[in-house]
Amino acid sequence: MTTPIQTETAQIVTVRKRKKSGSLSRFFRLLWKSKVGTIGLLIMAAIVFVAVFAGAIAPHDPVKTNVSKRLLPPMWLEKGNSDYPLGTDNLGRDVLSRIIYGSQVSLIVGIFAVMLAGAIGGLLGLVSGYYGGWIDAIIMRTVDAFLAIPSMLLMLIILFVMGPSLGTLIFTLGITNWVKYARIIRGEVLSMKERDFVKASRTVGASDARIIFTHILPNVTSSFIVVSTISVAAAIISEASLSFLGLGVQPPTVSWGGMLSDGRQYLATSWWVATFPGIAITITVLGIIFLGDWIRDVLDPKMKAKGSK
Amino acid sequence: MSSFSPLHHRGGEVVRNYLIKSVLQIIPVLLLISLIVFILVRVTGDPVALMLPETASDEDRMVLTRALGLDQPIYVQYIKFMGDLLQGDFGTSYRYNLPALPIILERLPASFELAIASMIIATLISVPLGILSAVKRNSYLDIFITGASALGKAIPHFWLGIMLILLFAVRMKIAPVSGRGTFEHLILPALTLGVGIAAETTRLIRSSMLDILGQDYIRTARSKGLIETLVVCKHAFRNSLIPVVTIMALQSSALIGGALISETIFAWPGMGLLIVQAVNGRDMAIVQASIFVVAFIVILGNLIADILYRLLDPRIKYK
Repeated sequence: MTTPIQTETAQIVTVRKRKKSGSLSRFFRLLWKSKVGTIGLLIMAAIVFVAVFAGAIAPHDPVKTNVSKRLLPPMWLEKGNSDYPLGTDNLGRDVLSRIIYGSQVSLIVGIFAVMLAGAIGGLLGLVSGYYGGWIDAIIMRTVDAFLAIPSMLLMLIILFVMGPSLGTLIFTLGITNWVKYARIIRGEVLSMKERDFVKASRTVGASDARIIFTHILPNVTSSFIVVSTISVAAAIISEASLSFLGLGVQPPTVSWGGMLSDGRQYLATSWWVATFPGIAITITVLGIIFLGDWIRDVLDPKMKAKGSK
Repeated sequence: MSSFSPLHHRGGEVVRNYLIKSVLQIIPVLLLISLIVFILVRVTGDPVALMLPETASDEDRMVLTRALGLDQPIYVQYIKFMGDLLQGDFGTSYRYNLPALPIILERLPASFELAIASMIIATLISVPLGILSAVKRNSYLDIFITGASALGKAIPHFWLGIMLILLFAVRMKIAPVSGRGTFEHLILPALTLGVGIAAETTRLIRSSMLDILGQDYIRTARSKGLIETLVVCKHAFRNSLIPVVTIMALQSSALIGGALISETIFAWPGMGLLIVQAVNGRDMAIVQASIFVVAFIVILGNLIADILYRLLDPRIKYK
């Protein structure tokens, strides 16, 4: 029989061991516990894999036209051809191969746009919250101005001025979506500034740069990551919407939004051309939302307690 | 009666001061928007190229450059730009050969019709589902509703619109594909826009309802031995109306953003379609003027949300 004290000590020891086993394994243990998070991670891993190895996976050249094979239905339908599992579009291009290649644009735009938005918004939010005063007033009024213009409209206009391309698309998404970061990071910095350890640090004469880099930045990272994940999903939808309106990436680069736009004209006769790219977008975004919800729960237990935002 | 009037009078004054202050706060925001538009159009882009069709001759370009005063210093250009705006001159659309502002305002009724129909759909979907999912927290129903709203957020609006056309217009032939006129024309665009909004608001309503269910007065009501239905209907639901109304009123930005897509897909002749056509047709004046109209509507919508919030909840003081 073990005495209560022994059990208690044993518990403390296990707790210590658990802490020592590293944050990465804790991360994955928590991930495995959450079914939704696991599904999200699996979806995203699959999509990243497909995008990276598109050349090896895709059965056909995504841009090679073949008029004799135009508008073939998916393989399970009558007249379907197992060479073209999801059918072909109006120019005889393989829908599956185009979806596989389209994932590259979605991921590139999603990730780089969010990095740009995060860099701009994170920096402005940090400066705004830390320095306050008139800098804060200017930045926050600018945020208000951006919030008064629906981001879709702002993106249309910037692309209208700069002309559509992959680069301008990333720039546009970055410049329109920094506002979310600025507001959240500013709020976090404001509350962090009042904490005792920051005040103490200032009292002992630490420089602004030191306070920002050693005390404030590490403490705003989790909010930053939470916002970033959700933003990738929003950026992917925006990219598809803009490409659908003809203002995104231009052919011959394959994008899911562009495929949908092409397929729309053949809706009455060939539903598959516009249907499958939409499913691809939905699955991708759902994967990110699932993963994002889980990351939020792990990094920010406060938000979980309050229910989903 | 007279004993009430000073108090009432003071209340009125507070409300008036609040309104004046809110309206005054709009001015710097609109000024900043004008600066953003100016920088976008005059500094990053080539306004002459943006205002003329691509087929314009060099001579036309020269004439327009001089007419716009683009040979003058940049601050002079901005002052002139602002001066025109303040006089309500947002430029002339080359496509319609008319002042831009009236063309946009003419499209507003169609957009409002779509917006109202979408908000009704969004409310009918998200309010019952949001409340139900909070009341039955962590049940299978809650998981289902939360999952459905995640799916609603993941589905791109424009694809949803296309799928609705495929299902109801092409296959079942119970709704027209596009245009405006009858009630049937309204259904599919409003559904596209409404479902998108509902996906967003269901989550918000669920979490504000959860907040309310955790309040002390709910615990008191429960401990009194009230049956759960009564607790939810009488105590929680009434109080949840405050955040719900505010959440719904705050959707003007999302509505306009969604209308750009929904109106384009269904050829709904509103402001959204006009803007998308102006962008594709390089009609600078319309694009420029539309930003101000849209920003004004969004700011007004947010102000209305704020006022509703204060009206519904007497605890909130006018600052």
